[in-house]
Amino acid sequence: MSWINESGPHNGIVMSSRIRIARNIAGLPFPSIASREVSQKIVDTVRKSILESNSILSRDFDFVLLKNLNDVGKYMLLEKHLLSPDLIERAEVAAVLINHNEEISIMINEEDHIRMQCIFPGFQVDKAWELLNRVDDIVEESIEYSFDEHLGYLTSCPTNVGTGMRASVMMHLPGLVATNYINSVLHTISKVGLTARGLYGEGSEALGDIYQISNQITLGPSEEEIISSINIAVRQMMENEKMARQALVQSSKLEFEDRIWRALGVLTHARKLSLQEFMSMLSQVRLGVDMGIIGGIDMVMLNELMVKCQPAHLQAYIGREVNAEELDVVRADRVRNELSKVI
Amino acid sequence: MLCQQCQKRPATVHLTKIVNNHKTELYLCEECARQKGDFKMFVPFSINDLLTGFLDMDKASVPVEQQGMLRCKTCGMDFMQFKKVGRLGCQDCYKYFAEELTPVIKRVQGSIKHNGKVPRRAGVGLRIERQVQQLKAQLQKAIETEAFEEAARLRDQIRELEKQLGQQ
Repeated sequence: MSWINESGPHNGIVMSSRIRIARNIAGLPFPSIASREVSQKIVDTVRKSILESNSILSRDFDFVLLKNLNDVGKYMLLEKHLLSPDLIERAEVAAVLINHNEEISIMINEEDHIRMQCIFPGFQVDKAWELLNRVDDIVEESIEYSFDEHLGYLTSCPTNVGTGMRASVMMHLPGLVATNYINSVLHTISKVGLTARGLYGEGSEALGDIYQISNQITLGPSEEEIISSINIAVRQMMENEKMARQALVQSSKLEFEDRIWRALGVLTHARKLSLQEFMSMLSQVRLGVDMGIIGGIDMVMLNELMVKCQPAHLQAYIGREVNAEELDVVRADRVRNELSKVI
Repeated sequence: MLCQQCQKRPATVHLTKIVNNHKTELYLCEECARQKGDFKMFVPFSINDLLTGFLDMDKASVPVEQQGMLRCKTCGMDFMQFKKVGRLGCQDCYKYFAEELTPVIKRVQGSIKHNGKVPRRAGVGLRIERQVQQLKAQLQKAIETEAFEEAARLRDQIRELEKQLGQQ
């Protein structure tokens, strides 16, 4: 189930659920100080642990050396959330294993030797962990991990030590943003050890009212406890978001619907669209679709459109390098084109 | 998204400039943003900054001037270097820097005891320990309910596991 092409539970508000775990191979230096030879050895070891395992899962993976990809190729994977900015920075020595459904990716020589993640559409954090846990067991059949009986899985940065787990849920929260409740909600979740970031990770701003909610603490609580606190927070935030939407409708239904239809108007008619404008218009349209105001468009199509209109995907689409202004024109063309198929 | 200047690195800096009521917006990577140089860099606050902050704030058990001498015998990383980059060099750094690192981990994580998954290979001992703990709790219950046959069976099981632990 790819988070982009398939629908998942509570897809209207929760776009995707992701679990990432950090692992290192016992006895080898962490990537930041590993020599080229050691890094190469790490890549080989991890590749074999998957591709040469007896599990049926192993036939499902593609192996990619990052240095064999051009920039557009790398950033397309980033835009699909299949690899991290850190992995791209280490492209010379990094590699990634991705399964065919694009749910699981195993990054090699990121900040840790192994960063593996499972990402599912909608709200299903438990399912993502269930699958990732199995992949972790497969890798461990041939690799001995760095592990300490007190501190758990040892990681390059002490902020990941313990479970090495980051669970993150990507939420679309236009109601909370429009009612200005978002900051107090984010403040509240920070008090229970959770944190929020924008669409593309640390430091990125919340384009299109999209927030990623994840756990800050990795040591102490078990994986299941981490997931359960994320689940509780996300459920609560979903309720808050629904209440905020109702409040907006009640205060002025006309204003509310006008904003949504205008956004659709911009997307279907604009001749140039910056990423920021596109994302904020898309946010309104997504809201309109989820509230049943706009018919004929489904959520999955909007998720696909969102990814298709990120910079690297657009570069690949037109097949040549263009500057930022041209890119805005290409984006507007593509949006009109895609939407004209359904409206 | 990509930096609007170099189109290569990811844009991590959002630059808004207002000159004579004319607003321009730029999305740049840190490097291009720094090259532009006409504004104060806003460095996003990350957990790593927090970590480094805690490292400085915690009353050092080893005086600062001696921290440079604190060195991991396996990979050669010294503690000052770690403070600068926020990344350890290898798994043994945890051992060699334990005195300085443990209080910081406790502050950042709120705990220094892992209760999560235990790998089959590296964590055999811990797996057995946890099993023993569970069995002991069951034994206690069996004794309370006077299920002595059950208790004897559990006691033997615990002994067997403890023997395995001893051999580790």
